[in-house]
Amino acid sequence: MKIIVTVKQVPDTSGKVAVNPDGTLDRASMQTIINPNDMNAVEAALSLKDELGCKVIAFTMGPPPAEGMLRELMAMGVDEGVLITAREFGGSDTYATSQILAAGIDTYGVEPDDIVLAGRQAIDGDTAQVGPQIAEKLHLPQITYAGEITKNGNEITVKRILEDGYMTIKVKTPCMITCIKELNQPRYMSVGGIFECYQKPLVTMTYETLKDHPLIDKTTIGLAGSPTNILTSFTPPQKGAGMMLEGAGKETTDKLAGILAAKHII
Amino acid sequence: MAFNSADIAAFKNVWVFCEQRQGVMMPTTFELISEGRKLANELGVELCGILLGDNVDGIAPELGKYGADKVYVYNSPLLKDYTTDGYTKVIVDAVEEIKPEILLFGASNIGRDLAPRCAARLHTGLCADCTHLDIDMPNYKGFLKEASTLPAERIDKLGTVMINKEPHAVDRDLKMTRPAFGGHLMASIICPRFRPAMATVRPGVMKKRECPKTAEIIHPAFNLSAEDIQTNVTETVKAAKKLVDLIGADFIVSVGRGISKDVEKGIELGQALADELGGVLGSSRACVDAGWITADHQVGQTGKTVHPKVYVALGISGAIQHKAGMQESECIIAVNKNENAPIFEVADYGIVGDLFKVVPELIESIRAAKAAK
Repeated sequence: MKIIVTVKQVPDTSGKVAVNPDGTLDRASMQTIINPNDMNAVEAALSLKDELGCKVIAFTMGPPPAEGMLRELMAMGVDEGVLITAREFGGSDTYATSQILAAGIDTYGVEPDDIVLAGRQAIDGDTAQVGPQIAEKLHLPQITYAGEITKNGNEITVKRILEDGYMTIKVKTPCMITCIKELNQPRYMSVGGIFECYQKPLVTMTYETLKDHPLIDKTTIGLAGSPTNILTSFTPPQKGAGMMLEGAGKETTDKLAGILAAKHII
Repeated sequence: MAFNSADIAAFKNVWVFCEQRQGVMMPTTFELISEGRKLANELGVELCGILLGDNVDGIAPELGKYGADKVYVYNSPLLKDYTTDGYTKVIVDAVEEIKPEILLFGASNIGRDLAPRCAARLHTGLCADCTHLDIDMPNYKGFLKEASTLPAERIDKLGTVMINKEPHAVDRDLKMTRPAFGGHLMASIICPRFRPAMATVRPGVMKKRECPKTAEIIHPAFNLSAEDIQTNVTETVKAAKKLVDLIGADFIVSVGRGISKDVEKGIELGQALADELGGVLGSSRACVDAGWITADHQVGQTGKTVHPKVYVALGISGAIQHKAGMQESECIIAVNKNENAPIFEVADYGIVGDLFKVVPELIESIRAAKAAK
């Protein structure tokens, strides 16, 4: 049994975000982090590893510096990293990305008792599409929005969170599960882990590695193989400055209430 | 002949996936039907609902009230509970058979599970969590002039784009606009080479509009067996307490990190002001992350998008993710100790002060102003 976790290095959009004059993101000037929901997926994998002693492999697609993220994950306890990187893969939308990741995962091999985990969504695109689309390409049953995961033999029970409650779903391995932040509290790197992380195996898969896989075709990968295209990207205008009221006492609140009454708001 | 998503001319009509839970239509479905009606009119085609469930004919006619011409209903005990595999099979088979050119889903936890799986199987494009949809170019350009900082000359020139080195006119493409990078950027996405163009649409953003029609109810034949479903739903539990209806509220009073001095008192004051206005209590993500308040109160990129008549932000600094979720409110009132808080950039009325002092006085002032009317 093994657990494959897909992870993504993303710009930290919670801090200061730099935008180029042409409306694209100035990635070079931004910090990168491991996508937060992916950390929950990694933690779920490592908890299962603690319990069952299985191997955990982190998969990512990205530019070569994404190796640093894989090493960090190894320092937390991940056993092996796979970096999928090639110019041919650039510009992929979610469809093409899942096509490539699925090809990589399939090349590595999914056994009947394996689990594939992913974060629900990445904070740069917020699409939540790549997890389900990898599952489709690998013909695995999927459960998204996992708030609780328990394993009993080859049967997995997941509490799937809904806006107005939850569902309990049982599924057999192999399967794909996407994880939300309510699932767990991700662990930190350990000192021993940092010491060992550069000794752990890191596999690089390039276009050459994957080009003969049935999912990889010039018409299904990269910008040319992406069904969606960006028509325009733009920054929204800031709303015009409102009225700052003087003071913070009773006269001020009276004035505000007066304005609201005059506008028939209250 | 095998299904071919690239045979654009073979596809016609706008479809909306009509999400129901336990036999009750989700409110977002009606918003999508109204939006779908707009798109169908611009294309000059029919608007159809696709409704899956067990014995759900009873809730189909109401879709006509918002403009559905037809509703394709698929009833089966196997469709009683939502399962990814069961619903995907029925929807994909229906799309391959009837070939709609547009397929919309609500961006709910179910829509965002189902739509990507369908798009991957159909080999077509999907745009997530859209907040604006257009077909008509003049309307789209008008929208960009309002909602973007792009220069007018650039907007006027839009019309043809290069797709894989070939010029492509976007007139009849669905323009799907969505926030990215936590709301810092907006992008309009098209799916020029494949059909159906698919989108999940953020709940609460599109407006529900009545457009009375008598929807024709159709029951197409379909194949679904227990073996098609590998996920077994053993229970569906509704949250015991009533969830906060932020999306439908006219007045929202939200609290933020500014209540940290006395969390209990801060929430009490926020609730009291909300009660006085006849509204509901919201919060920023910080309060949810700190465990002060439950996630159903959260407004913002990862919570809910709201556009009430009045939004009062108490002790909320105004992170971009929060602003993205509330800046469409008709009137925004912000109270914050820090005069440089970004929330004041979107506020119509700002008070620099301590919410613990300001709110009780504001409640009194509102009461007096109401009494004076």
